[in-house]
Formats: sequence, C-alpha cells, structure tokens
Amino acid sequence: MIDFFMRFSMWILPLLIGIIILHGYLTKVDIFACFVEGAAEAVTLVVKILPYIVAIYFAVELFQSTGALAWILRPLQSLLDFAGAPAEILPLLIVRPMCGSAAMSLVLQLMEKYGPDSLIGYMASTIEGSTDTTMYIASVYFGSVGVKNSRYAVLVGLAADFTGFTASIIFCNLLFA
Amino acid sequence: MKTVFFVLIILGITAALISGQPELVMTVFVESSNNAISRSLSLLGILCVWLGIAKIAEKSGFLNSCSKLLHPLLRPLFPSIPRNHPALNYITMNLSANLFGFGSAATPFGLKAMKELQTLNNNSPTASEAMCTFLAVNTSSVTLIPTTMVALRASLGSSKPEAIVISSLLATSISTLSAVTLDFYLRRRYRKP
Repeated sequence: MIDFFMRFSMWILPLLIGIIILHGYLTKVDIFACFVEGAAEAVTLVVKILPYIVAIYFAVELFQSTGALAWILRPLQSLLDFAGAPAEILPLLIVRPMCGSAAMSLVLQLMEKYGPDSLIGYMASTIEGSTDTTMYIASVYFGSVGVKNSRYAVLVGLAADFTGFTASIIFCNLLFA
Repeated sequence: MKTVFFVLIILGITAALISGQPELVMTVFVESSNNAISRSLSLLGILCVWLGIAKIAEKSGFLNSCSKLLHPLLRPLFPSIPRNHPALNYITMNLSANLFGFGSAATPFGLKAMKELQTLNNNSPTASEAMCTFLAVNTSSVTLIPTTMVALRASLGSSKPEAIVISSLLATSISTLSAVTLDFYLRRRYRKP
C-alpha cells in the first residue's frame, strides 16, 4: 500500500505540470507570458526573504555549532525521545507558526546539514509541507479587513499546527525510520 | 520572532565562550552567510519555475475548475454564507491553490475572501464565525501536493524528493480534520447564550 503511494506520488507532479500546461495551451492563454510573470514574482519573493535566510542561518548555526543546542536540549531530550523527534527539529516547531520565511530557511538549513533523505530531512520537509504560518496568516487576513478581535481563530490554527507536527513526527517515524 | 533570534544568538555566543572556543563565532559568521546566499540562489531557481506554473494554472482557469469541485465539500462548513455569494468562490480558489502548494497564489484569493466575509459581517471589528472557520481550514493547510517542498528536496540532491507527499498528506489531513472539529466545537461554545 505504502509502496503504491510512493510510486503514485512520483507520477503526480509531472502529471500535474503536464495537465496545467496543456490546459493553459488549450484555453489559449499565453502560457509563456504567464510563466515569465510568475517567475518574476519569485524574484521579488526571494529578494524579500533573503534577509530572513541570512538571519536564520547565522543564528541557528551559531546556536548549533557552539554546542548551545545540545546544552539546552539535555533536559528536554527524554521528552523528545519519547515523541520520537530528533532534537534538531525543535527550533522549527517553534518558528513555524510565526514566520514562514524563517521556517523555510530552517528547513533548508536542516536538509543541507543532514541531507534531504535523512529522518530529520524527511521530518522537516513534511512539517513544512503540511502546516502553515498561522500567526502571520491570521494577522494579515484579519488586519486587511480591520478585524481586531479574532476570537478563537488563532487558537484553532495553533492547535491544528500542533496536531500537524505530532502527526508529521509519527508518520515520518513509521514511514522513513 | 525577535525573542527567538535573541535567545539563539546569546546562547550560542555564551556556549562558545564557556567552552573556550570564541573563534567558532567568527567561523560561523563567515560560513553561515555564504551558505545563506548560495541556498537562496537555488531557492530562487525553483520558485521561479513553480510560480511560473502556478501563474499559468491561475490565468488559464485551471484553479477555478478545481475550486468548482470543492464547492459541495465546503458548503456545509460555511452555513452562514448565502448561496451564490462570491465569498465562497474566493474561499475555494484559495484552498485549491493551497492544495497544490501554490502558497503565494493562494494569498490574493484569501484576502479577497476575507473582504467578502467582512461585508457579510457588517464590517464589525469582531471576526465572524465564517471567518474563523476559513482561517482554521486555511492555516491547517490542506495540501494535496507540497510542490515547493518536493522541488526543494530535489534541488538538495534527494534521491526520493517525492517521498514526503504521502507523509505530508497524512499529517495535513489529520491537522485539518482536528482544526475543523475544534472550530465546530468552539463555534458553539462562543455563541452567545
């Protein structure tokens, strides 16, 4: 079953791209101009998050390579072990709901350091792929229409992130450990 | 965020000093900034391709057709939105962009959806029930295919970049399900007696 899904997921991306391009061509959209327009947006996006990437790389590498991470984690170790989560993943869990760019940089940093096919790499990318920047979305979405009292919305979002983290850790352990 | 940043750096420097290796700080200083820039460049390449494709999907109406399929699924979640109101269209557009991991294509639709929901809410400064539900579904991130992540893994030399599709799908279904359940429960609790 898992094997089938793995095989299926290998096909799904190429198929998706093919269908989108074909659909665009058939509906007579200028697919080339659209592609370039989207790519230009990527440039602005990366320029916007580049300072975040530098900041995160600096802070996190400092934190890890000086041994501070190991030092902090000693008391938390047994708890994390119990959950089956490698200690390196902890900063990502804290940052993920707050800042998308910072979380993305952390995932990059983790995958670069431990390899994308390590358990840490799988976990980091699963967490990044299955949760969202709750605090940021809430403040932008509500802020844009002048809603000041968000009631229970943020609570629900954070609870969902927490379940997402837990589920990511469990499934990665089951699938990739 | 600034607290996290502060704590990471101060603890890092303290640890370096305590362990008697102050030169580590300078090494990290140089190496991390170098790594950050080279990573950003590879990220730029991938995002260019993805956002390019996302733009085609948006302009050609591909996202729109996908969102039509979602309508019946989402209808029961938003009982307070009148039939044929544009709010639900924008919500489905936003969610279908999220389904394919086109995060940045999703935001404009999300903002439009919020605007429509706010008119239904009589421009009140307090969030409506529909807004809370929308945020719950949105932030729990219903992702069918985390396209950006898959591409990123491929760029880092993963031999199985698409392996996370299955784990993400499982994790995201559980988190979305819990968000919807909790929202449903809290909606009742917060209602004025």
